[in-house]
Amino acid sequence: MEFFRIHKDIPFMRHALIFNVVSALTFVAAVFFLFDRGLHLSIEFKGGTVLEVKYPHAANLEGMRQALSSAGFEHPEASSFGTASDVMIRLPITPGSSSDTTSARAFDALCRAEKGSPRTFDTTTAQGEHVARTACLDAAGKELVSLQRVEFVGPQVGEELAQNGLNALIMVVIGVMIYLAIRFEWKFAVAAIIANLHDVVIILGFFAFFQWEFSLTVLAAVLAVLGYSVNESVVIFDRIRENFRKQRKMSVHEVIDNAITSTISRTIITHGCTQMMVLSMLLLGGPTLHYFAIALTIGICFGIYSSVFVAAAVAMWLGVKREDLIKPVKEKDETDGAVV
Amino acid sequence: MNRYPVWKYIVIAVVVLLGALYTAPNYFGESPALQITSGKSTVKVDSAVATRVAEVLKAQNLPAADVTLDEGASHSVRARFTDTDIQFKAKLALERGLNADPNDPTYIVTNNLLANTPQWMQKVRALPMYLGLDLRGGVHFLMQVDTKAALNKRIQGFQAAIRSQLRDANVRHAGIERVGDAIVVKFRDDATRQAARKSLADMSELAFVDGTSGADLTLTGSMKPAALKAALDNGVKQNIATLSKRVNELGVTEPIIQQQGADRIVVQLPGVQDVARAKSIIGRTATLEVRLVDETVPRGTELSASIPFNSELFTVGKNVPVVLSKDVILSGDYISSATASFDENQQPAVSIDLNGDGGRKMREATRNNVGKLMAIVLFEKGKPEVLSVATIQSELGSRFRITGMGNIENSTELALLLRSGALYAPMAVIEERLVGPQLGAENIKKGFHSTMYGFAAIAVFMILYYMMFGFFSVLALAVNVLLLVAILSAMQATLTLPGIAAIALALGMAIDANVLINERIREELRSGASPQSAISAGFDRAWATIFDSNVTTLIVALALLVFGSGAVRGFAIVHALGILTSMFSAVFVSRGVVNLWYGRKKKLQSLSIGTVWVPGQATK
Repeated sequence: MEFFRIHKDIPFMRHALIFNVVSALTFVAAVFFLFDRGLHLSIEFKGGTVLEVKYPHAANLEGMRQALSSAGFEHPEASSFGTASDVMIRLPITPGSSSDTTSARAFDALCRAEKGSPRTFDTTTAQGEHVARTACLDAAGKELVSLQRVEFVGPQVGEELAQNGLNALIMVVIGVMIYLAIRFEWKFAVAAIIANLHDVVIILGFFAFFQWEFSLTVLAAVLAVLGYSVNESVVIFDRIRENFRKQRKMSVHEVIDNAITSTISRTIITHGCTQMMVLSMLLLGGPTLHYFAIALTIGICFGIYSSVFVAAAVAMWLGVKREDLIKPVKEKDETDGAVV
Repeated sequence: MNRYPVWKYIVIAVVVLLGALYTAPNYFGESPALQITSGKSTVKVDSAVATRVAEVLKAQNLPAADVTLDEGASHSVRARFTDTDIQFKAKLALERGLNADPNDPTYIVTNNLLANTPQWMQKVRALPMYLGLDLRGGVHFLMQVDTKAALNKRIQGFQAAIRSQLRDANVRHAGIERVGDAIVVKFRDDATRQAARKSLADMSELAFVDGTSGADLTLTGSMKPAALKAALDNGVKQNIATLSKRVNELGVTEPIIQQQGADRIVVQLPGVQDVARAKSIIGRTATLEVRLVDETVPRGTELSASIPFNSELFTVGKNVPVVLSKDVILSGDYISSATASFDENQQPAVSIDLNGDGGRKMREATRNNVGKLMAIVLFEKGKPEVLSVATIQSELGSRFRITGMGNIENSTELALLLRSGALYAPMAVIEERLVGPQLGAENIKKGFHSTMYGFAAIAVFMILYYMMFGFFSVLALAVNVLLLVAILSAMQATLTLPGIAAIALALGMAIDANVLINERIREELRSGASPQSAISAGFDRAWATIFDSNVTTLIVALALLVFGSGAVRGFAIVHALGILTSMFSAVFVSRGVVNLWYGRKKKLQSLSIGTVWVPGQATK
């Protein structure tokens, strides 16, 4: 099988301007949505409480909200996810009140709304593991609501996480730039970072536009994408360097076109393979990995675009020359020693 | 040219075998087990307990697969059984066999699961992967220690100590007050100040500076930076120690209680689904009382003698039975620090500092009781336990020492128990996470399935597209998974759901190296190279690219590792390891396989690498 039957080098660089305008527009749009709508940050960053509860029947969301409001929670959000009987409840931090007991109080309120009473008991699973838990039971001992997951994050932790996330991003950018500047040349380093940061901003733009939840896992995905698409640009840069070495007569334009053309099949196949994995996560990974996989998907698509169309073009505009990459090496005297 | 020397094959074989060995424990599953932990502060779980457990089980004819003593974070004895029926019976038998009083258990027996890893594998530390809470279910707390409050308490203690020390030394000062975190003592003249300085010289944690304030001369004592750091550190450590003991009581399998950063403590309790109860047990305070021994009852006859009206009989703890007066000299709140130290004869001792008017109370109580016995009792859950009975050698002030405890372990243990009267510093929960067991199991299933199907999709595609070389790539990818899982198991790194996602992603990205190589070989063939030289050139040229691209990914992984927390860390560890293993498997192993297959064929005509399409030529 061969998908790529390319007769001549594709003149990517001739259309560089168009590609860059397209990505500049997407970039601007992304920045606009980021400022206009902002990211829908998960409670990991904002602080607050999330509860996941499961009902044996379809949940009455409105009833739940009322029950929580009357229990003294401000602005409770309840939404079903996956199935109608699985509900996720988000409670913002209420200043002044002790956050320690939020989850317990909320569960209690939900349980009373179902006319049950929360009870603590120890059970042993079928495998023989000891589990101590609180369950909401009615008089007959039937379980009415079960608590699947609780997450509470205090406000100071959230701020720290956001700060650490930013630090990680900065460290990645600096680290990658230093590496590329040493391995290649500063122009490539700048080009690669511009191209790939633009991927990051676009992913964030998508998250802002659709108001998808931005969690720590998504942040990890975004940073992974940054590394992944830099790695993409590196492959192309490597080829550019090699071409400069081998094809002494080609112009910079042609060298870049040839480098992109000869790596395009690898680019598409690799990304296709990675995308297969990511797709499998998207379809089978469940809610926790859902946005993680979405971030990766967007990142992979724009990663191809930016490293093929943007990175090399930026490097070209920065004025990459053959001499930048091929350091003048002293001709080695191969015939060392005595010569007859 | 495409031959590996024998040693390279040996390296590959050894690495793959080791990988298989360390991956294997993940397939043995778990069997029902019992965990025996101590229910009392003064009772330690040691090998004697393990022997007793084995004896009890034997006497009841309940066969245990093995009984082991775990001396890790939670000192416990673990017994593994073949089925839950025996586990159930064994639990009853042990609860009765180990505890004299079922209402006040000395040992706590809880059901749990233990890995079925064979003994010889455990000996070489081949263990199943350590699953994070999101995969196994449980609660996680992050607690912030209020170090300010702890420091406050300590400074108050110093203030009281300085006051009583100066009084004992008969140094007349013009007032002691607290300014910020420093203690300022005023004097009328310099001679007194020098005398004070001399008598306070043994307070090694404080640094004293001379100064003036209005007409008065001052001596300002503040904590030395090292002492300050040690005090805060000890505060956190003490809270951890206290927490560990309380957590034992919950009967948790492999609880984690660790310091995070300077002033935070992480508590992870797998299998616990009850946040409220966990919190109440963790937050409970114990109390400590110092009392005099009632000497009207001769020692040794306590159990048979009649107990005077104003006294009580204590039977649990050290040096018991003992009869103590009901009058409390002072309670644990007055103890500002208790540390293991040495006396002037280099014998182990415990130094105690009292704060507030603890010193005065102590002096009043001991003045007329020199030569008599004093006891310290710890009350937990309303049940008393005698920690120490000691002879009063002289009148005691706000600093005193308990000596004569034999060895350093005893003094350390006693110091810890004295401090455990209450949490050293108040703590607040700043992060809390609970994952139900079903959700955990579901997460494992989902993570596993998405990795498996993703892998299958890649395998099918690679083999269709690159034929034999695709198969080699898939083989290399499989080795990659094997190594990754083996390293994660051997390191006992915590595997979380994002960690599983990182395994999947590592595979999706690792295939890149093989695609690069395969494309390069095709390219060489296209430009007319012979099959053997195409293989060699393909691998060689691709290597530089693979290396560069992996380094950048590694930078990302490291940044995440440094700055990430919780879920992200789990992701980062696997991501970084995945890159390292993929370099080995994709380049070294796949070249090895290719060499083995093609290397010896001298007259190789074509490679099975799918279609090699040359422009202007009909497809083969």
